Amino acid sequence: MAGYLIRRLVQAVLILLGVSFITFFLLYVLPADPVRQIAGRSATAQTVENIREQLGLDKPFVVQYARYLGALVQGDMGRSYLQKTEVAELILSRLPATLLLMVAAIVCELVLGLTMGIIAALWRGRAVDQTLMVTSFVTVSAPQFVVSLLLLYVFAVKLGWFPIGGYGTFAHLVLPAVTLAILGSGWYSRMMRSSMIDVLRADYIRTARAKGLSRARIVLRHALPNAILPVIAMIGIDIGVFMGGIVVVESVFGWPGIGQLAWQAIQRVDIPIIMGVTLVSACAIVLGNLLADLIAPFIDPRIRLR
Amino acid sequence: MTLAEVLPSAGAVTAPDPVLRVEGLCVSVRTEGGLKPLVQDLSFTLAKGETLAIAGESGSGKSITSLAIMGLLPPPAVRVTGGRVLLGGENLIGLPEPALRSVRGDRIAMIFQEPMTSLNPVMTVGAQLVEAIRAHERVGRAEAAKRAVEALRAVRLSEPERRMGQYPHELSGGMRQRVMIAMALALKPEVLIADEPTTALDVTVQREVLDLLRDLQRQMGTAIILITHDMGVVAEMATRVIVMRQGRQVEAAATVDIFGKPQADYTRALLAAVPRMGQGLVRPPVTTEPVARLEDVVVRYPLRGGLLGGVTQNVHAVEHVSFDIRRGETFALVGESGCGKSTIAKALVGLAPHSGRIEIAGQALAGLDAPGQKAMRRKVQMVFQDPMAALNPRMRVGELIAEPLLIHALGTAANRRAKAADLMARVGLEASQLDRYPHEFSGGQRQRICIARALALQPDLIIADESVSALDVSVQARVLGLLRALQAEFGMSYLFISHDMAVVENISDRVGVMYLGQIVELGTRAQIFGNPQHPYTRRLIDAVPVPDPAHQRAAAPGLAGEVPSPLHAPGSGPLRVRLADIGGGHLVGQ
Repeated sequence: MAGYLIRRLVQAVLILLGVSFITFFLLYVLPADPVRQIAGRSATAQTVENIREQLGLDKPFVVQYARYLGALVQGDMGRSYLQKTEVAELILSRLPATLLLMVAAIVCELVLGLTMGIIAALWRGRAVDQTLMVTSFVTVSAPQFVVSLLLLYVFAVKLGWFPIGGYGTFAHLVLPAVTLAILGSGWYSRMMRSSMIDVLRADYIRTARAKGLSRARIVLRHALPNAILPVIAMIGIDIGVFMGGIVVVESVFGWPGIGQLAWQAIQRVDIPIIMGVTLVSACAIVLGNLLADLIAPFIDPRIRLR
Repeated sequence: MTLAEVLPSAGAVTAPDPVLRVEGLCVSVRTEGGLKPLVQDLSFTLAKGETLAIAGESGSGKSITSLAIMGLLPPPAVRVTGGRVLLGGENLIGLPEPALRSVRGDRIAMIFQEPMTSLNPVMTVGAQLVEAIRAHERVGRAEAAKRAVEALRAVRLSEPERRMGQYPHELSGGMRQRVMIAMALALKPEVLIADEPTTALDVTVQREVLDLLRDLQRQMGTAIILITHDMGVVAEMATRVIVMRQGRQVEAAATVDIFGKPQADYTRALLAAVPRMGQGLVRPPVTTEPVARLEDVVVRYPLRGGLLGGVTQNVHAVEHVSFDIRRGETFALVGESGCGKSTIAKALVGLAPHSGRIEIAGQALAGLDAPGQKAMRRKVQMVFQDPMAALNPRMRVGELIAEPLLIHALGTAANRRAKAADLMARVGLEASQLDRYPHEFSGGQRQRICIARALALQPDLIIADESVSALDVSVQARVLGLLRALQAEFGMSYLFISHDMAVVENISDRVGVMYLGQIVELGTRAQIFGNPQHPYTRRLIDAVPVPDPAHQRAAAPGLAGEVPSPLHAPGSGPLRVRLADIGGGHLVGQ
């Protein structure tokens, strides 16, 4: 177990190294020039060159990357070009908001998706099943910016049940979390449905019925733990998709998280922030996957971590 | 069929105290072409403490009957379309689900064929037993656990307290089937339905489980419905037999009468097809030069783990195995699951990394370059156990049979097709069926297609790995006959791998008995079956159920515990079995 964890953590460091290199390289070859953004339109060529030199952006790529890594190892993620604050500080101050949104959305999509999937599987081929599957198809295909605007229009503008945007109360949380959850619930319901249908055909379900157990017990105690295994592995992978959605949703709803931070930074080519947010997201994905792998043996004793 | 027509004859069978009566049972499946009958007008009674066998081949409706009695038919397609199932006077057909639920597991219990998949993999043995007890009796968890331990002890599992906390995957197949039996009998049901309870088990384990079932029945007076295709099991266990075919009862009689004076033609044919020990044709010994030679072959698979992924244990699949297969002979490898017999087959076709020396037609397998390996593969072909899995469902039969020729670039397309047509005829199929797909054939026909494909390259050696094990006995007998006829015609050798002693006795010239990766006895068929020397060989032969109700066998109640493991730490290994010749090439492990 300890050996497994150490190996996974070494892997995680290598993944983060790879992510940092690729992102840094992409930002380097990008035609957008951060210095122009900082200096402003009216700056003279001399000013521009001064700023470039000051930020070290005149150095070759390898030197820039080595400097960045060197600082990163010491916990220094650099300073924002435009806000003149520490990136680590910026991210830390916004991380709680994003985490709150993420947890709320994941809980929401799992409850929604798994319930839909189980119901569809139990009544497969019937009208309930078909309705749920069409619904899930729609939610999976609907782009998040459309869903978020639609929800905003109906529930915030027309009905006035929830605030249009911002952060602070539970009511603020509902619309962004639901927007994020809708996409995921479609995926999870489809996955849960097919997994559940497989499991319900298994021999041990027949054994459970032959024992005279109630239907509820068969579904909840025998089928569900077996059916949920592939879904758990999926949650780890899903966090990556989630980070993409968070950038969109936080911007639309004015949610002060790292997604919004990233969006603003991208528009202004604020390289240290983009790097910081990317690395934090990568960390989240790696940790999410590790967590999913660590949970699996508790549900299925046949899985051994080695 | 109405009830009135059925009722008068139903109670006529001699049964003093019927527990269960089935009257005119009809089961149908809904298909696109309307209702298709699966079971038609089946009637029988089951007395307290008796064992009624329902015997038949696949598709006879025997399993469907058991599911219908339990109310477990897969809805909505399959359902009971007529008749009654009376348990103590109460008709179970049409009973609402909650009432049926209180019958299931409590008054009628069931055990299934597949012990590997019939227990929930994520629940402990104890939890599954406790839940079965608590589903029917208002007892506390601790009380139920106590009774569960007793039930495990009753099925002769070693260390029952420890088993409670174990998961199914930690137990062997035989131990799992004992858990299933414990679960079924914990509530002392009036009726136990055992659907092929020992078919998936090794023959020595089958022996123990059958003994156990019989002992428990004597103690509890449970009536058993034994569903099986194995006439040997029928002869050993049943007091009465119903022979079924295509959903209908063919014959019903006391077991001695079924075996002694069968009335129906089908029963006679079924009994004739059952492989019996001592029936094999005596053939002159084959003394030609060897086609394949194995010398000190070892196959081990490393298990990795730990921080740096080092080897923590080795699976010793095959240990120092030496034998040769002569031209035109059938060499059989017998042994129970996990003994390494299939690994030897894999090593012979170059699919398992081995040390030691394997020679095919005088040429060593190791150190061949790619063209050499390809040429070598022409000489050895395989026929597997499950023909449906061995045939690509999206290819036509003609393409499947001609594919080996295509791979080795032999002949033109027209040549290959002609050859495929010829091979179809050789294995007893029509050349006109070349453009059909595998799913359009029956199981036996599919195995014939696999044999035709193996013949396409005219190999020196065909490896038949459990090739007839999944087939019904009547089909099995015909496929064995075909294999013999083809050998007489083409003169190739067979390596015949099987767990079935009776089949091996019928087809082989020489036999090697394997146990835990090693050969423990090797000799001609007459030596092995006529004069078995190694205790394991004797156990295997003794365990085979004999299709003769008069045959008596001493029961040997044993405790089922951990099976010996082929896992060993690096550097250590199993004790090596030394073979000594006791005369006439009969090698016996010391």
